[in-house]
Amino acid sequence: MGAAALQALHPPVSVILDRERLAAFEMDAYIQKRALPLAAVLPDDESQVQAVVKALKATGTPIVSRGAGTGISGGATPTPDSVVLALSKMRRIVEIDRNARLAVVEPGVRNLAVSEAAEPAGLFFAPDPSSQSISSIGGNVAENAGGIHCLKYGLTVHNVVGVRVIDGDGDCLEIGGRSLDSAGYDLLAVMTGSEGNLGVVTQATLRLLPRPEVTETLLAAFDSATEAAECVGSIIGAGIVPAALEMMDRVVIEAVERSMHLGLPKCQALLLVEVDGIAEEATDMRARVEALLHESGAREVRTASDEAERANLWKARKGAFAALAMMYPDYYTMDGAIPRRALPQVLDRIYELANEAGLVVGNVFHAGDGNLHPCLFYDGTKPGELERSEALGGRILELCIDVGGTITGEHGVGLEKLKQMCSQFREPEIAAFHDVKHAFDPAGILNPGKAVPTLKRCAEWGGLHVRAGRLPHPDIPRF
Amino acid sequence: MSETQFIQQVCERVKDHAARKAPLRIVGGGTKDFYGGPLVGEGLSIAPYSGIVAYEPRELVLTVRAGTRLTEIEAALAAEGQMLPFEPPGYGDAATIGGTVACNFSGPRRPFAGAARDLVLGARIVNGKGEDLSFGGRVIKNVAGYDVSRLMAGALGTLGVMTELSFKVLPKPAAEATLVFEMDEARMIESVNRWAGQPLPLSATAWEDGVLHVRLSGAAAAVASAKLKLGGTALAEGEQFWVKLREHRLDFFADGGPLWRLSVAQTAAPLKLGQPQLIEWGGGLRWVRGPLSLQQARDAAQQAGGHATRFRGGDRGAGVFHPLAPAVAKIHRRLKHAFDPAGILNPGRMDNFQA
Repeated sequence: MGAAALQALHPPVSVILDRERLAAFEMDAYIQKRALPLAAVLPDDESQVQAVVKALKATGTPIVSRGAGTGISGGATPTPDSVVLALSKMRRIVEIDRNARLAVVEPGVRNLAVSEAAEPAGLFFAPDPSSQSISSIGGNVAENAGGIHCLKYGLTVHNVVGVRVIDGDGDCLEIGGRSLDSAGYDLLAVMTGSEGNLGVVTQATLRLLPRPEVTETLLAAFDSATEAAECVGSIIGAGIVPAALEMMDRVVIEAVERSMHLGLPKCQALLLVEVDGIAEEATDMRARVEALLHESGAREVRTASDEAERANLWKARKGAFAALAMMYPDYYTMDGAIPRRALPQVLDRIYELANEAGLVVGNVFHAGDGNLHPCLFYDGTKPGELERSEALGGRILELCIDVGGTITGEHGVGLEKLKQMCSQFREPEIAAFHDVKHAFDPAGILNPGKAVPTLKRCAEWGGLHVRAGRLPHPDIPRF
Repeated sequence: MSETQFIQQVCERVKDHAARKAPLRIVGGGTKDFYGGPLVGEGLSIAPYSGIVAYEPRELVLTVRAGTRLTEIEAALAAEGQMLPFEPPGYGDAATIGGTVACNFSGPRRPFAGAARDLVLGARIVNGKGEDLSFGGRVIKNVAGYDVSRLMAGALGTLGVMTELSFKVLPKPAAEATLVFEMDEARMIESVNRWAGQPLPLSATAWEDGVLHVRLSGAAAAVASAKLKLGGTALAEGEQFWVKLREHRLDFFADGGPLWRLSVAQTAAPLKLGQPQLIEWGGGLRWVRGPLSLQQARDAAQQAGGHATRFRGGDRGAGVFHPLAPAVAKIHRRLKHAFDPAGILNPGRMDNFQA
């Protein structure tokens, strides 16, 4: 019924109905769940998006909006009764306003393309999720995408100043704009990270920042993960806000070394620290960080100042997930965030839990903002191992909640973490989320069943599983 | 008073008022009574619920009770060399953090460090049904659930009574300097935007009557080198200037006449309003003092890509906030109804949509 309504639209909109081509839309990078939707529709512009939403609202057809499909929590997974609204044809960079440091873009524009377009003006778009070479701005807004540089530069919510959105009624909402604030409630904050549940973004105005004059990168080797974790606190406690502060543990270091032969120091943990800014400031911070690394017991510190050396130090971090995928056929990447002070304790507990479960866990994550990404390895061909790894994943997320953290720092809830939402929030809070949803989408046609569990039941789903060494989008680095 | 006792009392009071449809006026320090639509209803004071709940400097995270005074928070942070990056104005010593967030008030550092809403990480609220709810958390990255805690910022208490708030805090800059330039308005707008596009340690700008003040913040060497790059004249007691600006104690604000706040695109051309202006936030915030008509203020702001607020003085009953587009107003009505079905929380304080 929904598909017929789409074909009747004037002017006509591209609609895909045949099974073969629909297969491209049956899942995103969360490969646990898949389903062929009724149809996929690819609008050219905002007026077509609006016409599609109105037509599908009239028939009560669920709409699953989709950008590049790189999300790993299942936010763009269709259901058999849904229509996928793919924004990939809307990829115009409308404007780069150098003087105002703003970019106006359509939702299908790739994250990295914004920074590339802004480069001649000496500007960049700060959010840099690992999928940035292919993930799109619409998806970044929907997921409140983070990345490596959040501690200093914030998440997507801090770097978007306005959006145009088609809500569940088919109305166009202009939220925010070019001023630093807007009248009324902060709908921009609610829309950012709403996982396609509150509206379809048709245009975004993004804040661009001046490119730092100098970036300094340091790599430090530690004899224990706890020591490295404590060093993270010392750096931040010293009044330094690094642009990036990443950590890798022994499991990850060994996998990287085996597959990439980078000559990394043999150690229990590596910290990668990046400081940037005006030349004088970056140099000053680098010296202070170097001293702190040594004081904290670093066995070896390597530094880089030019691009080539930097790229070299980053290689291990950026290649970590691919290296892990080569060593262990099946793994499952978690995403939780904790107060930084709990890092040493939580890491110890994760290793303990893994031991008890008889599984290997590797940790490679954004230590500076307490955003963990434990990777659980299992062999899918061994009976019960997948289930054990999922149970372990669940325990790790509960550990995050126990220490005052959250079940997702940047990947989103999607389908993956509906169950854990019930652990993190109480019934009246979940009800309030449904109220917010209802305000934007009273008919409940936008991405139903995602992001917020129903009060009645919390379904049981898993996470990013890599089957037989195949990562979704193996061509992009995961970090 | 213990946490459970106080919050339970607030819940009971809200439930009672909701049952009777009797309005409640949420009160912190009362320093922002001048702001927003007319005050209606019996007072519900949050001031007794004060104190720092958790603060560990290494975390860059602070959790406080909503009735805590800004002065207390600033002192606790300063003792650890840290600050609230949004540099909130108090407009009086009694100002509380709850009231500050309810108004989403931010000071001179805002365009360079974010607004109150940007730094909010979590909020505990009592909604209009008398339910005690927690959203967000105490971590820097968190995408579980819709961002209801940031929704509270600037909602003027119309969606819930804030009881506890968590923020990201930052180290205070090691050095600051204030430079003074003489330039006309058009050149100022061009200059501050051009500078903001360069890697310079800008942390505030303010222009009035041909004089531009610029603040630099960062490592001592970075501030020194930026001073050389930008020129201008160094102002010895610079810090005092920014405090006076933030608190509206400069002469510009002394006149008791109506004060308009026009939040516009930072690069918007000079507004021809024929009234004195003070321009902050790299051109994005234009204070206009004088007898503008509501229409004049709104037209000017809209043409400049923003919105106008009758900030202080004048006839607040005639309209304070910029009207919303019908579709956006629709969402506001639904949100208000969902969070406060009886319509008892600060009714009419946000006056640009019909609840």
